Amino acid sequence: MVAKLAIRDAGKRYGDLDALKGCSFDVADKTIVSIVGPSGCGKTTLLWSMSGLHGLTSGQVDLDGQKITGPRPEIGLVFQEANLLPWRNLMGNILFPFEVKGQKPDMPWIDHLMDRVGLTGFEKRMPRELSGGMQQRGSIVRALSLRPQVLLMDEPFGALDAFTREEMNRLVEEIWLETRTTIVFITHSIEEAIFLSDRVIVLSKRPGRVMADYTVGLPRPRSLEVMASREVFDLMNQIKADIYGMSSMRSKAAE
Amino acid sequence: MTDAIPEFKKAEVTQVGLTGSALASGLGATTRREIAIILAVAVIVIGGLEAVLWWYAVPQYILPRPSLIAAALVKEFPLILPHLGYTMVSLLSGFAIGAGTGMILAAVVTQYPFVEKVITPYILVLVTTPMLALVPLLILRFGFGYTPRIIAVALAVGPMVMINAATGFRRTDSAKIALARSYGASTLQIFWKIRAPMALPMILVGLMIGAIFGLLTTVGAEMVGGGFGLGNRLTTYSSMIDMPEFFAVILLLSVIGILIYVIFFLIGKKWASWET
Repeated sequence: MVAKLAIRDAGKRYGDLDALKGCSFDVADKTIVSIVGPSGCGKTTLLWSMSGLHGLTSGQVDLDGQKITGPRPEIGLVFQEANLLPWRNLMGNILFPFEVKGQKPDMPWIDHLMDRVGLTGFEKRMPRELSGGMQQRGSIVRALSLRPQVLLMDEPFGALDAFTREEMNRLVEEIWLETRTTIVFITHSIEEAIFLSDRVIVLSKRPGRVMADYTVGLPRPRSLEVMASREVFDLMNQIKADIYGMSSMRSKAAE
Repeated sequence: MTDAIPEFKKAEVTQVGLTGSALASGLGATTRREIAIILAVAVIVIGGLEAVLWWYAVPQYILPRPSLIAAALVKEFPLILPHLGYTMVSLLSGFAIGAGTGMILAAVVTQYPFVEKVITPYILVLVTTPMLALVPLLILRFGFGYTPRIIAVALAVGPMVMINAATGFRRTDSAKIALARSYGASTLQIFWKIRAPMALPMILVGLMIGAIFGLLTTVGAEMVGGGFGLGNRLTTYSSMIDMPEFFAVILLLSVIGILIYVIFFLIGKKWASWET
């Protein structure tokens, strides 16, 4: 498999605090990789370094074998909260990247995406008139509108309620099945990570480094039955045990 | 996909814009009934004043009856009109200079926190000192024409606009700037597409307060010296005890003040209502 993204010995210091240290892994092309870990493990730091917005103190991130030194058009970003500009309507927000780049927007593609996420008819609405889930769907359309090869998602559904969250997860899977965009997904929900991912990477407590790396070989689209299977249950407990380091859970998962 | 599942709305951002102010509620009358009540109260207040002043035979040099003020306004209007124009010239030129400078300074200074720290005390002094106090000095230097007035107005408006606009420009949202940067936005694009629209509600507040301060300063400066402008009319009419005419001028001044408020309210409603 070709490594789309390669994280090489990534380290980040804030003052005398190591947020991230010696973190290395590859992200294969056209896969979804989730990164989970306890809060403060440097997940977000890692994602931002992949986006090229923040530099690393040591190590590097490569995109197609080339070191990332700044924001790249091949990489799209979905933020923790939808991060729509409140003074622009939904379509104004989606066209924002094209405006900044001075490019003509690809309207058929945008209309297709809007339809895909169920936002057709809401183009003129202001962000405050949309629900949290709709705002985040809008921000996904904005990120995908430029057809990025890699989509970085930083705990995008953390602020949503459980039902909306599951709906959004299914939507991400659907979009992935259609576009096969490489996705790196940061989350603190283990279930979400397993549902979405081909691989789940567990980061350790500060300084964050790769503690465990699981391949999730479940068939797609992932049904409720698959998600309720013994395999998923065991993997969930295994990851929990990794994170909390609880021996009781570890033994249960090993059964 | 549908939105059948209800969601809780995110907590609203604190309102700072004009449209969120308590004053705005007065412009919100919508139903015919509300309008009728508001008009009826106005008629009762003005009519009541008229009746009370008439009944107690209050001399007009203390408080002229509303009907006398209205009559004076109609009769004197051709004489007052040019002075209204002179006042507007001072106000608008001073406002344009002051507001322009204030906005540019705010945009630049907020980029350099240290510079901002150094100059803020001086701006505060300018905001809190009545610029009217400088008018006699300015008249000594620049004579009785427009110049001292425009300078005083600009000095009253500029710092007020600057301090509010700076508050707006300081409200940077790092996630929105990161968003723009992730698409390769330049510093200039970030300014025009993120920082400026984000600061706009506060800039509008600054412009409105600045304009009201400007009106105060214009009229004050006209009262201090020079033979023209509505402020000058006030001193002239009061020295001749022409109180109905005096109040007619006051009425015009309140109309200007209300217009200033309404204009900025409407601009805010159109361009900065996303915040409320």
